[in-house]
Amino acid sequence: MSATQAGPSATRGEIQTVVAARLLASKKSVFIGVGRPSTAAMLARAVHNPALVLVYESGTIGAKPTRIPLSIGDGDLAATADCVVSVPEMFNYWIQPGRIDVAFLGAAQIDRHANLNSTVIGAYEHPKTRLPGAGGAPEIAANCGEVVVIAPHDPRTFVEHLDFCTTIGHGNGAGSRERLGFRGAGPTAVVTDMGVLEPDPVTRELVLTHVHDDVNANDVWERTGWDLHVSDALVRTDPPTAEELSALRELVDR
Amino acid sequence: MAELAPLCEAISECVGDGQSLALEGFTHLIPFAAGHEVIRQGRRDLELIRMTPDIVFDQMIGAGCARRLVFSYGGNPGVGSLHRFRDAIENDWPHPIEIEEHSHAGMANRYAAGAADLPFGVLRGYAGTDLPKYSNVKTVTCPFTGEELAAVAALRPDVAIVHAQEADREGNVQLWGIPGVQKEAVLAAKCAVVTVERIVDELEPRAGGVIIPGWVIDVVAETPGGSRPSYSLDVSDRDNEFYRAWDEISRDRERFSAWMEENVTA
Repeated sequence: MSATQAGPSATRGEIQTVVAARLLASKKSVFIGVGRPSTAAMLARAVHNPALVLVYESGTIGAKPTRIPLSIGDGDLAATADCVVSVPEMFNYWIQPGRIDVAFLGAAQIDRHANLNSTVIGAYEHPKTRLPGAGGAPEIAANCGEVVVIAPHDPRTFVEHLDFCTTIGHGNGAGSRERLGFRGAGPTAVVTDMGVLEPDPVTRELVLTHVHDDVNANDVWERTGWDLHVSDALVRTDPPTAEELSALRELVDR
Repeated sequence: MAELAPLCEAISECVGDGQSLALEGFTHLIPFAAGHEVIRQGRRDLELIRMTPDIVFDQMIGAGCARRLVFSYGGNPGVGSLHRFRDAIENDWPHPIEIEEHSHAGMANRYAAGAADLPFGVLRGYAGTDLPKYSNVKTVTCPFTGEELAAVAALRPDVAIVHAQEADREGNVQLWGIPGVQKEAVLAAKCAVVTVERIVDELEPRAGGVIIPGWVIDVVAETPGGSRPSYSLDVSDRDNEFYRAWDEISRDRERFSAWMEENVTA
């Protein structure tokens, strides 16, 4: 822990954002929605990777927002972008050919193979909760170089069975993406407020590889809806540096 | 050359009960005033088509205009749920609606196929997901490589309505900023209505400007502020406070109805 760290220690939510930002340190481009993913990408540009190209679904490529946007259509994104493209161009020329290195996605439910549900809770015809739906996620997850899922670590989110499969992560496990003809590597990390899960290199099932702060593996296991495997090489997340934390707080306060 | 007409005439001439009606504008240039005029004129049984239903369709669904909804993302961007959309699907209020949902890539390719007058659009999409079970998606085999691809039916709405910053007196339209899928929607539709912030003598070239010639548009209606609470780049700002406030307004049926009465239908 840095001795120069200012202010209160990091919350788990802040650690989640900081960890997501670190994953972008050596990437060329990232596809993001609003909320924590956008904040993480802005933090990565501020601290790790000033050349990182931010791509928002609204069609803004190379946006350089100075304030955290509420919507992917905020005027600041278009005004600061290198180029602004139509929706068909975004999906057909930029996402489908795999031009974007990393995509950040969220979801209401995620399963052990990092498949995602953002469509309904309950039965499709008579949903208990109607969620917004797919948006760009299925094709983003199929075609971007890799996917990082950002989600709160909650038993309602980390479930044994999805109520609806909106977006394929690793399908049924090893070989699924290849059989479906997907070009991208799929989810390489799931960053939560408790730790980080990564797919097993062989089975493609998510394994707990990092825990944040004072969380232990059993805490995470209890908040996961399946029998979560814990890596033999489980490590504690490097805490946010003073620089990361002050840059993040400055962004959020702006 | 497009006819120039007031908004109320444009809607009464072009939009009738039972039609398929697309309103486009992807988080920017959303044609709110036109949607409100459709509500005021009491149109019913519409097939409403929009990638992101947003508040405008939440209002039209809650007001009882919709028989069917075709969409790809039904949320309040950055805020959460669209409560009228949810109430219609979860509780059949004010009446049951049919839905057909897609991914953004699928909807974009459906519009592009409609604009090109092709029967379907083709993409690498939907594979492995539950969407094809509940939506109108099929597969097609590439005749050159044998690759299996997703096929989505072309969208050919009876009417498309979009909003832009400017038109000239011949009805040539220019929009700039996030261009969404408006050009495709206009070219795919049998009848196109464009509301604009202002009519000008001459369109000045703008960075990233998209021109839609007046001869593919049926009616242009000058409608200042017609995108609020969405925005028109360089004319107005997105009203993020209203998008947040809508969450509360729309959560309750009575409060929603009172708000609509006071702000739209009165």
